[in-house]
Amino acid sequence: MTTAFKQNKLLQFGLLLVVFLLLYNFIKPSDDPYLNMLWRLPALIAWLPQWLTDTIKYIMFDWISVEIYNPELEDTEEVSLVKEITRSLSWFVLFFIQSIREFLVGGIKTIVTFTSWDFISDNPWAELPGLPWTVVFGGATLLGYNLGSKKLAALVGISLAYISIFGQWEPTMKTISLVLIAALISVIIGLFLGIFAYRSKAFEVLITPILGVAQTMPAFSYLVPMIVLFGLGDHAGALATVIYATPPMIRLTLLGLKAVPPEVVEAGLMSGCTRFQLMYGVMLPTARQNILIGVNQVIMQCLAMVVIASLIGAQGLGDDLLKALNSLRIGKALELGICIVLIAIVLDKLSLAWANKQTDYFSNLSFSERHRNKFILMTILVGGIILAMIGKLVFGDGINYFFIIDTNKGITTDWFWQAGVDWIITNWYSSLEAFKVWFWEDVLSPIKNAFLGMPVIATFTLVAGIGYIIGGLKSAIIVSAYLLFIALTAWWDRALITAYLTTIAVLVAVTFGGVIGILCAQSTRATKVLLIICDTLQTFPSFIYLIPAIMLFNVSNTAVLIAITPYAMIPAMRYTVEGLRNVSPSLQDAGSMSGVNRMQRLFSIELPLAFPHIVLGINQTVMFALAMVIIGALIGSTADLGELIVGSLSDKDGIGNGLILGLCVAFIGLIIDHLLNTWARARKEALGLA
Amino acid sequence: MSNQPLASKNEPVIKCDSVYKIFGDNTQRLMQENNNSIDVEKFKNEGCIFGVNGASFEVHKGEMLVVMGLSGSGKSTLLRCISRLTDTTAGKIFIDGENLLEMNSKELIELRRNKMGMVFQSFALLPHKTVLENIAFPLQVKGMSTAQSIERAAAMVELVSLGGRENYFPRQLSGGQQQRVGIARSLAVEPDIWFLDEPFSALDPLIRKEMQDEFLRLQGLLNKTILFVTHDFDEALRLADRIAIMKDGVIEQIDTPANIVLNPATEYVAKFTNEVPREKVLKCEDVMEKQDKEAKTSTITVAAEAIIETVAEAVLNESKPVTVVNKKGKTVGVLNRKSIIHVLFGENAH
Repeated sequence: MTTAFKQNKLLQFGLLLVVFLLLYNFIKPSDDPYLNMLWRLPALIAWLPQWLTDTIKYIMFDWISVEIYNPELEDTEEVSLVKEITRSLSWFVLFFIQSIREFLVGGIKTIVTFTSWDFISDNPWAELPGLPWTVVFGGATLLGYNLGSKKLAALVGISLAYISIFGQWEPTMKTISLVLIAALISVIIGLFLGIFAYRSKAFEVLITPILGVAQTMPAFSYLVPMIVLFGLGDHAGALATVIYATPPMIRLTLLGLKAVPPEVVEAGLMSGCTRFQLMYGVMLPTARQNILIGVNQVIMQCLAMVVIASLIGAQGLGDDLLKALNSLRIGKALELGICIVLIAIVLDKLSLAWANKQTDYFSNLSFSERHRNKFILMTILVGGIILAMIGKLVFGDGINYFFIIDTNKGITTDWFWQAGVDWIITNWYSSLEAFKVWFWEDVLSPIKNAFLGMPVIATFTLVAGIGYIIGGLKSAIIVSAYLLFIALTAWWDRALITAYLTTIAVLVAVTFGGVIGILCAQSTRATKVLLIICDTLQTFPSFIYLIPAIMLFNVSNTAVLIAITPYAMIPAMRYTVEGLRNVSPSLQDAGSMSGVNRMQRLFSIELPLAFPHIVLGINQTVMFALAMVIIGALIGSTADLGELIVGSLSDKDGIGNGLILGLCVAFIGLIIDHLLNTWARARKEALGLA
Repeated sequence: MSNQPLASKNEPVIKCDSVYKIFGDNTQRLMQENNNSIDVEKFKNEGCIFGVNGASFEVHKGEMLVVMGLSGSGKSTLLRCISRLTDTTAGKIFIDGENLLEMNSKELIELRRNKMGMVFQSFALLPHKTVLENIAFPLQVKGMSTAQSIERAAAMVELVSLGGRENYFPRQLSGGQQQRVGIARSLAVEPDIWFLDEPFSALDPLIRKEMQDEFLRLQGLLNKTILFVTHDFDEALRLADRIAIMKDGVIEQIDTPANIVLNPATEYVAKFTNEVPREKVLKCEDVMEKQDKEAKTSTITVAAEAIIETVAEAVLNESKPVTVVNKKGKTVGVLNRKSIIHVLFGENAH
C-alpha cells in the first residue's frame, strides 16, 4: 500500500488536492492575530523597499565624497564617488551612441567633444549633415552582399527602403545607434562572464540564480534605479537594455563551452595552445553555434527593450511608438513595430553572415579586384551625395526625398487601419461591450475572488506539495522560500491577482497555442510558416499587443487579458510544433509498422514523447504572460503587482518599491519555472531523451 | 614497418616507470596516508579505480608500440598520461630522457609544439576552420605567419591525398577524409612522437583498411616513434612492431605480434590469439628451424621477413626443406612443410 502510494504520482497529487481543498474551506480570516497567520502572513518585510531606497540614495549621493574640478564653474565641487563613477560610465556609453547617431543622421556633439563649441562657431563647415539615406541603404546592401549572398543583400535593401519610404528613417537610425552599442556591450560582458563562469564553478553557482531573477524580473521594475544611477537619457536606456539582454548571452556562452567535445580541447592542447589560445582559438569558435544563438537572443532582447527604454529617455522608434500608443493610432504603431522587427532581422542575419565568413587563401586577386568594395563604396557615397544635391534642386524647400525623408512624411497605411478599427467599433460596439461585461462578471471576477479567498497556508501547502512530489524535499524548500518572500511583503493580495491573471492567460494561450501547434505540425510547410510567424510576433514590441485590446475593450481587465493571450501563445505554438516535429523518425516508422492511424500516432506516440518539450513551452508561456501582465497594467486598473510597478515609475521613492515588486514577480515566475523545468527534466530522462 | 633493431642501445624516446593513474575523490588522501606508496588492494577497497596500474615500458626511436585493450582497459588513459593531457598519480615518465611530469606549463607547451602530434578517435577537428586552416592551426599556434603556415599546410594536404578539398569544412567531409585532416594536422609540426588514439575506430571497415594502408605508407616515409591505441586486435597485429595488451589498467603482455600469437602470456591474451589466422601474422623467421648442415634443401629460398601466408604454397610444393635467408642473403634457418602445416592447421594437425 505505502509503496504503491510512493510510486503513484497521481495518487499523491490527489491527496494534495484534498488537503488543499480542506484548508481552503476551513481556514477563514480570524481576529486572533496568531490564528490569522494561517489566513495571511504579517507583512514582516514591508520596510524593505524604503530601506532599499534610502540605501541606494545614500550610496549614490552621500557615500565617500570626492573633490572634482568642474571646468564650467572653474572651481572644485564635492561629488559622491559612486555618482561620479556611474556618470562617467553614462557619458562613455552616451558618447558612442551619439557618435554613431551623428554619423547616420547628423549632429555636432561628437565633433564638439573632440574640439570645442568655439571651434564649431568658428568653422561652420564642421557642422556636417548625416549621411543621405541612399548611402546608408547602398552601403548596407553592399555589406549584405559581401558577407552573405544576393538574398541577404535583397533583405537588407528592402528593409532599409521600407523604413525610409515609410518615413521612419531618423527614429530608426536613432534606435540602431542605441541597439548597436547596447548589443555590443551585452555580447562582450556576456562572453566574459560566461567564460568566467566556465572557469570558476563558484562563480557559476553564484551567478545562476541571479541570471534567473534578471530574466524573470519585469524590466519596468529597474527603470527607476537606472534613472537614479545613470540619469535620464539614451545611456540609461542602453544600460537598462544591457541588464535585460546580457543573461541569455552568459547562459549560452557557458552552455556552449560546456558542450565543446573533450577531444577538441585535447587536440588544442596537443597543438601546444596556451590557455589564451585554447579559449579564443579553439573553445569559443567550437562553441560558436551556441554563442551565435546568444548573439541572436541579445539582438532580439535589445529590440524588445526599445519601447521600455524610451520610458527613461531613449530616443527613436520606441519613443514614437509610445506616442502612437497614447494617441491610439494602431496603423502608425504597426508600421513602427514592423520597423523594429526589420532592424532585428537585418542585424541578426548580418551578424550571422559575418560570423560565418570564410577566408580564401589562394585567391590571386588583381589590384582592382582586391579594392573593388572600396571603389563601390566610394561610388555609393559620392553618388548619394550628388543625388542629395540634385534632390535639393528638384524638391526646393520641400522635403528632399534623396537626402532624408522626414519623420512621418513618407507613405503610411495608418488611415487604412484606422478606418478598419472605426468600422469595427461602429458595427460591433454593443456586442464587444456585452462580451466585456459578461467576461468580467461571469469569468474573471469569480476566479479572482477564488484566488483572493485562498488562505496563505493553503497556497503554501499546494506549492510546496507540488514541489515535493516533483522534485523532493529540495524543490519543496526552494519554492517555499520564493513564496515566503512574497507572503512577507505588503503585497500578497496583489501577487494573488497577478497570479490569477497569469493563470487564465496561460490556460487560454496553451489551449489555443497547443491546438494550432498540433495542426501545423501535421505538415512541413505549415510548420515552417508557423515558426516564421512566431519569430516575427516575438520580435514585435509587446506594447503593440496592447493597442487592439484597448481599442476594442477600453481600459479594463478584459482588455489586459485579450492583450496577454496572443503574446503568450507564441511559445505555446512554437514548442508544440518543435516537440512534435522532433519525435525521432525511427519511432515514427515503428509506429507505422504497428499500423497506427493518424489519431493513434498523435496520441500514443507523438504527444507523449513531445510532452516534456511542450511543458518547457508552457513554462515560456508563463514567463511571457507574466511579463505581459505587468505591461498590461498600462491599460487596465488591475490592482495587481504590475499596477504598482508602473506606479513606481513616476514615484520619487520608487527605487525600492520597483525592485521589491519586481522581485515578487520574478519569484512567481521562478516558482513555476523551477517546478516545470524539474518535471520536464525528470520526464525527459525517463524517456531517454535527455 | 620499422627497420630499427627493437632493442636499441640508444636512449628510449618514451620511458614509463611504474606509472599509475588512479581515479577517485579520496585518492589524494590515501596517497598521503600511505606515504605515496600504492597498495592496490587497499585502494580498491576504498573505492578507487585504477585507470593505469603500474605500467613500465620503453619505446625506442622509430618504433611503433600498439596499446591494445577493450573499452575501459585504461589504454586511452595511459596515452593521456604520456601526452600529459591527464595528471599521472604516481610513477615517472621520460620523453627523450626529460622528466615529463616535472615540466612546467611553458616547457610542456614547447614540447607539444615541437615534438608531439596526436590523432583522435572522433577526429576533433575545429568545426569553424577549413581543411587548410585546421592543418595550419598548430603552426599558427607556434607563431608561424599565416602565409608560411598555409603553404606548409598545403603540402600536408598533398601528403594525405586530400588535394582539391583545401577549402572544405570538416562537416563537408566523410569520416575517412576527416581523419586524413586529423593526421595531416598532427604531422604539420613534424613531431618526433606520434600519438594515435583509436584513429580508425570510428570508420567503416573498408575505409579502415584503406586508412591503415595509408598509415603504413606514411610511417614508411616518416619513420616516427609511435604510440598507437586500438581495441582492434587485428589492427594491432597488422601495424605493430610491439603490442602491449591491457586489461583493467594492467599491461598483461608486451611483445612482438609473433611472440604474442605463439606464446600468449595469460589466458586473457590467449582469448585474442586463439582466433587469429596465424599464417597472416607469423613470419618465416618465427617458425623456422635450425639448419641441419647435412640435410638437403630445396633450390628455392624465402626471406626471413616474409609472412607465412605468402610463401606457404611454394614451401608446401617442395619436398625438401626450404632455406630461409635474411636481407643480406645469409642463410638463417630452414622451413619444413610440417612447420607450415602447424601454422595453418594448428599443432594437432598431422
